Amino acid sequence: MKVQLLRICHGRSGDKGDTANIGLIAREEKFYPLIERAITAERVKEYFGAMVLGPVERFELPNLWALNFLLHNALGGGGTKSLKNDAQGKTLAAALLRMEIDVPEGMIDGHV
Amino acid sequence: MKPFVRIASGQGFWGDLLTAPMAQVSNGPIDYLVMDYLAEVTMSIMQKQKNRDPRTGYARDLVTLMRELLPLCIEKNIRIITNGGGVNPLACSDAICETARSLGIRALKVGVVLGDDILGRIDDLQRDGHALKNMETGEPLSSVRDRIQSANAYFGAGPIVEALRQGAQIVITGRTTDTGLTLAPMMYEFGWRQDEWDKLAAGTVAGHILECGGQASGGNFMADWRSVPDLAHIGFPIAEAYPNGEIVLTKHESLGGLVTLQTVKEQLLYEIGNPTDYITPDCVADFTTIRLVQEGRDRVRMTGVKGRPATEFYKVSMSYLDGYTAFGTLTYSWPDALEKAQKADEILRVRLSDLGLKFEEVRTEYLGVNSSHGHLAPEKGDHNEVVMRVGVRSKDREAVERFGMELAPLILTGPPSVTGFAGGRPRPSEVISYWPALIAKNAVKHEVVMRTL
Repeated sequence: MKVQLLRICHGRSGDKGDTANIGLIAREEKFYPLIERAITAERVKEYFGAMVLGPVERFELPNLWALNFLLHNALGGGGTKSLKNDAQGKTLAAALLRMEIDVPEGMIDGHV
Repeated sequence: MKPFVRIASGQGFWGDLLTAPMAQVSNGPIDYLVMDYLAEVTMSIMQKQKNRDPRTGYARDLVTLMRELLPLCIEKNIRIITNGGGVNPLACSDAICETARSLGIRALKVGVVLGDDILGRIDDLQRDGHALKNMETGEPLSSVRDRIQSANAYFGAGPIVEALRQGAQIVITGRTTDTGLTLAPMMYEFGWRQDEWDKLAAGTVAGHILECGGQASGGNFMADWRSVPDLAHIGFPIAEAYPNGEIVLTKHESLGGLVTLQTVKEQLLYEIGNPTDYITPDCVADFTTIRLVQEGRDRVRMTGVKGRPATEFYKVSMSYLDGYTAFGTLTYSWPDALEKAQKADEILRVRLSDLGLKFEEVRTEYLGVNSSHGHLAPEKGDHNEVVMRVGVRSKDREAVERFGMELAPLILTGPPSVTGFAGGRPRPSEVISYWPALIAKNAVKHEVVMRTL
């Protein structure tokens, strides 16, 4: 079944200059292999499209059931230069959690 | 040696919850209170203040807070460590000593860490072969040299440890890393050597967890924000450190908030790059080695952290003037709120163009529609209201100022049912950009000065 990442993950995002980082964390250990397989740097780059001008890098932290994404040139110049309301990329983790992922039947029960 | 040391976070940035430090001191046992004040932009703001008045240039909040904190911290033998000294740690320590005197405090030792400010030494350093080129783009410093506002090297825990050894009850620093503030008391209390990389890494990771205050104990908590008790009285995080490098993240029981695997993980992932190379002046920490266990209510034990030797360099952060921005908003109500806001934007752009004004960028966002998530946000159709937010940036201050005069006229000369212009004309503000560089550690000497009452 297809679900939004929000069902099986949480996260937090922030900035370093014009680069945004998104920490994507599986809510349970069993979901980590799913996101490690499906949520690649390429897929995240394609998903954000014109919102991210530079490359996307991905790092794995299986010990925390987490992936860390760096979105380069994503904040309109960053710092005090950016004209974006979300100049620090604080809401980008939530934007990623809108993404849909295939989860095997029976793996999710109940609500978030 | 103490069996463990409790280090409490009191502030996560300049402008944080002002009641938090006193709550940490008065709601349970702690040994240290650490307060982080310095974001990159903060240094340039402080430098600007110091240029106007040489007695300023530090976090003045800190002096107000000390009036409350000092009597209780002295009574309970709690030491305070902060980088709120900004670009003028000596003036900050003067103000704190003055406050102590006015409270009738007779004995106080304040340690001041100096030497991070290299603004006055840039030309000498360059002559000595320190290029200070941009570490991200490789550009030479000459391209921004005449616009530099502040220049500081990031010190680590070392200078604070020296101040603590000299008996400092309060340590005031300039540009010290957020993580160094928390690591220093562990090194001092447990006698950790400067090459015990795993322990230094553990203390550094604890510092990363504490450096954003309430963000580790239930604030901005995405996993389950509804479950966080009493955010109004959130308890900031506390690191309970053990001599072997194990650390328990916790908070005072009587305060609100939450410390769980999920709150700690969200903060661990905050604003990091490559997790295997978390570089500080003290060590290089590997976040992929962190082990977390929930060992009780609001108690998360962290073990297994691995570290590697520190590099030979300090990071330097310089700020420089890079033009001007201004922002303005107008609110359009139903019917056709978005369409009207878009028409207003179109009219505004024609007028700016007719005036011949040059901008590097004019950006219009529609708050309530898609300003946060752009094309990823589904179109909802009939909006009840939409806030149009327009920002401009230019090297030309007058162009930015003139933009500010073109927004209000839209109320009477644009689409209808518009409101929300009570704040007056948008004013230009300076754009401060950053120039990150590296410098050999031996080119920047720190100094610890003790002020005694």
